[in-house]
Amino acid sequence: MTASLRARWLLVASAVMLGLALLFPLWRISLIAPQYPEGLGMHIWAHTVAGIGPNDLQNINGLNHYIGMKVIVPDSIPELRIMPPGIVAMCVLGLLIAWRGSRRLLQLWVVALVLAALVGLADFYWWEYDYGHNLDLEHAPIKVPGMTYQPPLIGSKKLLNFTATSWPATGGVLAIVAVMAAVGAALITVRESRPVNTQASNDGNARADASLRKATV
Amino acid sequence: MSLSHRTGWFVATATVAATLAYGFACAPASRSTGAIGAGDAASKVYVAPGSHDEFYAFLSGGFNGQVGVYGLPSGRLLKIIPVFSQFAENGYGYSEETKPMLETTFGNIPWDDLHHTALSQTNGEDDGRWLFVNANNTPRVARVDLTTFETSEILQIPNSGGNHGSPFITSNSEYVLASTRFSLPIPQADVPIADYAKKFKGTISFVKANEPGKMDVAFQLLVPGYNYDLARAGKGPSKDWVFFTSYNSEQAYEKLEVNASKADKDFIAAINFRTLEACVKNGKAETWPADYMHNVMDDFSRMAQVERKQSVKVLTPTSCPDAIYFLPTPKSPHGADVDPTGEYIVAGGKLATVIPVHSFTKLQQAIKDKAFETTIDGIPVLKYEAILAGEVKDPGLGPLHTEFDGKGYAYTSLFISSEIVKWKLGTWEIVDRVPTYYSIGHLMIPGGATTKPAGKYVVALNKITKDRYLPTGPELTQSAQLYDISGDKMKLLLDFPTTGEPHYGNAIEAAKIEKQQKKFFTLAENRHPQVTKAEREAGVSRNGKVVHVRMAAIRSHFAPDNIEGVQVGDTVLFHVTNLEQDWDIPHGFAIQGATTSELLIMPGETRTLRWVPKAIGVYPMYCTDFCSALHQEMSGYVRVSPVGSSVPLSANTIKAQGQVARAAARGVTLPTPPGGVAPAPAPASAGHAHAPSPR
Repeated sequence: MTASLRARWLLVASAVMLGLALLFPLWRISLIAPQYPEGLGMHIWAHTVAGIGPNDLQNINGLNHYIGMKVIVPDSIPELRIMPPGIVAMCVLGLLIAWRGSRRLLQLWVVALVLAALVGLADFYWWEYDYGHNLDLEHAPIKVPGMTYQPPLIGSKKLLNFTATSWPATGGVLAIVAVMAAVGAALITVRESRPVNTQASNDGNARADASLRKATV
Repeated sequence: MSLSHRTGWFVATATVAATLAYGFACAPASRSTGAIGAGDAASKVYVAPGSHDEFYAFLSGGFNGQVGVYGLPSGRLLKIIPVFSQFAENGYGYSEETKPMLETTFGNIPWDDLHHTALSQTNGEDDGRWLFVNANNTPRVARVDLTTFETSEILQIPNSGGNHGSPFITSNSEYVLASTRFSLPIPQADVPIADYAKKFKGTISFVKANEPGKMDVAFQLLVPGYNYDLARAGKGPSKDWVFFTSYNSEQAYEKLEVNASKADKDFIAAINFRTLEACVKNGKAETWPADYMHNVMDDFSRMAQVERKQSVKVLTPTSCPDAIYFLPTPKSPHGADVDPTGEYIVAGGKLATVIPVHSFTKLQQAIKDKAFETTIDGIPVLKYEAILAGEVKDPGLGPLHTEFDGKGYAYTSLFISSEIVKWKLGTWEIVDRVPTYYSIGHLMIPGGATTKPAGKYVVALNKITKDRYLPTGPELTQSAQLYDISGDKMKLLLDFPTTGEPHYGNAIEAAKIEKQQKKFFTLAENRHPQVTKAEREAGVSRNGKVVHVRMAAIRSHFAPDNIEGVQVGDTVLFHVTNLEQDWDIPHGFAIQGATTSELLIMPGETRTLRWVPKAIGVYPMYCTDFCSALHQEMSGYVRVSPVGSSVPLSANTIKAQGQVARAAARGVTLPTPPGGVAPAPAPASAGHAHAPSPR
């Protein structure tokens, strides 16, 4: 069964935005304290973790040593090696499916994308949890009983003198919009697949075809 | 309220009038707040917490050999920049890397007398790149880099005695100028002082200034044996010219206060430096032996290098005609100041009763017409009437220096009558005057030496502060005063204490400097031969009686933090590298009994402290600049054993090793340093040939 052009174009948009997300940081964690009025911060990319300023990562690691937090070494995070090829693969697959127009494959792709996004967020949360909880208290100069240092997934949180704020960055916004577009495409195909509305749906397809032609002229 | 202020103003004005009438300086009304109420003035200088001042002011420190950096209009002291004086606060002149900055042909000199400042210019406007300053006593000119606010270069001036008329700058920073205050036998010789008129000469030096690290005496002009004072370079139409005042055209050499004040007129020397350049190019200059030093702080090793120079190019007025003219100027002229249009050359004379103003246009015409009174040593003396644009009559007593507001007005400081007079260029009429507290020397308008003055404030740079502040024993605080000149009448806004005598200064819009500030030195670019770029590279090594300690400083520990195996009488060189790469995280280093000073090490920089332990024991060392919550823990020990002891030289780098171990435990491999974890023996002597040498 072929998906409507509207759904297929949404799929193309989703795949393209997903690909573009590789070019921008996905997430941004910024840290502000009285003695850091200009702030310190990290950008989490699909392939690496980098300071926002040229030495931010070094300075964050330097500060983290007081509380016994592990050194953030991007090369030691395996997910960062898996994610870029994964995204590229999803991108290519998405475009292929949009070209072929298979409704079932489209739906499968969307489900896979949503699952991957959820797994990604959960994994990110797990890393934050691990860094924030798994402290080397034997060597930590500053030990606050019961204190952990997990930054929030989204939003702000006070961690000792620092306010840590975590938000999706440009790439993250693109990825979220991509997921929304994908879900939209899937919903359209689900609606299309209802037998009762075949006629209307075909009409819709015709209209979409017409408008698409108009747009491309 | 307004009545009492008016009364205060009236009293102040009346006192000034009385001062002028009786012809001697007396103190104007005590604790006068000037023309406007204290509250009103306060609001004009108030810069709210967290807000920035509008201008940076660089005030020379006179006898302290430093530059004070102040914010205007608040008058808040922001920084002291040591230039010609050792500065124990940060180790300047004490650390092995900075000691060479104070090297001269006379040896290492810990002090000088710093009088004048000049900001670098492009097309006659302040560009905010560098500040140049002079050393009077042992003639030198220094460059301060305004990205770091540190002294980056010092050039000794040969054939000079008292480098007072210096370092005034040409409008594209081609040259900074330096004249000799005291004439000398040139080259120096053992001659009777009574032969002054015959054997003594003055020099005017053109120091190439437009390339950092490459300052050089491009050429010197040999001039008659007078005393040379201040200078200004021309601008606009006069931009190829420079103007120096001179006094003692009597060529007296004893009881100068009487004998050098006899002649009715002395001279301003007007010099065309393009003509001099052409003469040098055409081989008219002779190469004379000379002995002077050039000290440069390397940008990457952050170590000063000394170069000794052995000759200088010298021109004489006869070898290069049409390059220098004398402008007769009454009487013992002190300051020569060129207005923003470049047309007027204003002379202030310590003993003059008028302020003469020469016209550059008339000067050109007079040269064309050969309107010469006479010729001295090949230098034509122009006719006073032929070059005079006008005279400001009855300005007050002891007119010294003039600055300009860019709106057609000039402001002249009067030393003896302690006041500033404002007068109009062209009509020469006095339009306003205000008292200063007391005995103003120079005055300064932000950009006042350029073609585009920011004529908002004038700063009085005073000599005396009796009754202005809480007394502090025989020596009172030094002081500057800020006046609002945005309206028709000058208004005193603020008294602010300064470090040393605020002799002269420059101010520049903060925006031109603020953005370009260096925040730290890049560790990766550190080319110090004894740098420690990671804790794992730290270690100790012995080379005969010299022990090199390569040490890393990072919040909040040193690596190594304990050292053993040092022996009495060893020369221990602590090469401390600050590993931080963050703004405003210097670390300090001090050890008990060191006979130099502490070190302050900026992020990414290496500094070396020399220590010779004299007795056995265990000596604490610690960080002196409060760096973190665990700053007090940033310390360690050096164990000193008797000569010939069998205690092996060792450095405790447990922390560094611990970090590697912890990283390994988490499956993280940190990059392996050259030399590994263990304190590697440093390469033999060759490796240290370029290191700071133990002295």
